[in-house]
Amino acid sequence: MLKIMQSFNKDSVIDFPAYVAQTIGGSILSFLQSIGALAAFIGKATAKSFSPPFYPRLIMKQFIDIGYYSLPVVGMTALFTGMVLALQSYTGFTRFNAEGAIAGVVALSVTRELAPVLAGLMVAGRVGASIAAEIGTMRVTEQIDALITLSVNPFKYLIAPRVIAGTLMLPILVLMGDIIGIYGGYIVSIYNLDFSSGTYIAQTWDILEKMDVLSGLIKAAVFGFIVSMMGCYHGFNSGRGAQGVGTATTYAVVSASILILISNYILTQVFFS
Amino acid sequence: MSTKTPKIEMKDVRKAFGEKCVLNGIDLTVNKGESLVIIGGSGTGKSVTLKCVLGLMKPDSGSIMIDGVETTTMNQKERDALMGKFGMLFQGGALFDSMKVWENIAFGLIQGKKMNADEAHDIALEKLRQVGLAQQTGNLFPAELSGGMQKRVSLARAIATNPEIIFFDEPTTGLDPIMADVINDLISECVKDLGATALTITHDMSSARKIADHVAMIYEGQMIWDGPVGQLYDSKNSYVEQFIHGRADGPISKHS
Ligand SMILES: Nc1ncnc2c1ncn2[C@@H]1O[C@H](COP(=O)(O)OP(=O)(O)O)[C@@H](O)[C@H]1O
Ligand SMILES: [Mg+2]
Repeated sequence: MLKIMQSFNKDSVIDFPAYVAQTIGGSILSFLQSIGALAAFIGKATAKSFSPPFYPRLIMKQFIDIGYYSLPVVGMTALFTGMVLALQSYTGFTRFNAEGAIAGVVALSVTRELAPVLAGLMVAGRVGASIAAEIGTMRVTEQIDALITLSVNPFKYLIAPRVIAGTLMLPILVLMGDIIGIYGGYIVSIYNLDFSSGTYIAQTWDILEKMDVLSGLIKAAVFGFIVSMMGCYHGFNSGRGAQGVGTATTYAVVSASILILISNYILTQVFFS
Repeated sequence: MSTKTPKIEMKDVRKAFGEKCVLNGIDLTVNKGESLVIIGGSGTGKSVTLKCVLGLMKPDSGSIMIDGVETTTMNQKERDALMGKFGMLFQGGALFDSMKVWENIAFGLIQGKKMNADEAHDIALEKLRQVGLAQQTGNLFPAELSGGMQKRVSLARAIATNPEIIFFDEPTTGLDPIMADVINDLISECVKDLGATALTITHDMSSARKIADHVAMIYEGQMIWDGPVGQLYDSKNSYVEQFIHGRADGPISKHS
């Protein structure tokens, strides 16, 4: 800032507001421009995902890359989240003699919020980054141009399989995360906090409704779409060189994470009010 | 001759990246079955010119006609159909690193022309032989090859579909002189035997002499000279003379 001020002292002071207005105007314009570009990209990618030719083998490969290989990360996250939830609510709830609510708190928090959001964020780091790096590298080494010259549409060949796999696999991952997370709470409650197994399970079933799980899975599908789309978008529009790919990867993870948190709030508002 | 529609015709093509003007009104004509070589210093926009013709980059203005049809205003569908006519060897190779060498070569046949994999595999091995590589190379991944070998695989991929128009972006850069000559022969063969039209970029003057029917020189975003290859060493153009003799002194500035 000081530097900017100094550079203006040399000219005239009156230019400064004009400079500020120009800079702000410029960045608003370029922001709107990138929103437009993103919207166009999403529209094109979605349209191409639903029209032939399809590449079943590539979609299968992405199912495995995105779904199967994310299982350990999502499973660990869910397990320890469920465990710590039980522990935390125990220390908190004993103050109001409300230990009986632990099973319900674990089940609801995991299925509605924690499994989808944490799985989404973990997958953004794991899958979003790798999609952006892979497609970005293909961009800077002209492999995407090569695809086009060989009469293959990169939206169908590269992007559609990833977006389809991301959107379909995340709900499955989250469903497993739900089960593992609740099981984590169960372990801590039974072996550490001396609850009775039967009561804990009954309490869990009692409180859990279809909508709790379903809303979490719908969130997961949206997050999966966001993660894969952000990875593809930033990779596809990667700048030149290794630096371009690095920046694309960072943007993919950061933008996916932020969009997950924002859309999570909006979806929660829609589902439960 | 003059009544024939040219295979490629560029008129006043301009392209800038931000402030930087790279193509400054390119005019270029390539007739059917002809081999045109573009020469010029690095960073003068040779690769950008090719990418504009291929439709990988959109020129800011000007006209590019292929077989007499304007391409700059084409929609996606027309563009896709046009791509089937093209083959391109990228300067950096641009091989798909997730695929084996033979799959790279067969890619355009299997995905673009919907050929079955066995048939495409045989053609891939044949092309591999033509570019002077052993059959076993087919089962390696591009990362396992040297730069020169990658270039040859990339060449094999570019010609595998027998395209009507082939673009070669520095095909012999990074090859030893003998292999460079093999590649030169192969390019000449594509043009003479298959009747393809070729547009080649090169810095390699012996390669230019061997494969060109015509030569054009690009400088500061314009074609400053073109003529039959026979006149290249008799061009009376000081820019061309400096370039083909590789002199440090001359009208071409040292810091462009
Ligand atoms: N995608 C791009 N974005 C910005 N500048 C580019 C891009 N592609 C090429 N350029 C610039 O255009 C100029 C010409 O590049 P190029 O055609 O690759 O040169 P050459 O004649 O060596 O093939 C270079 O200065 C390069 O920096
Ligand atoms: Mg180049």
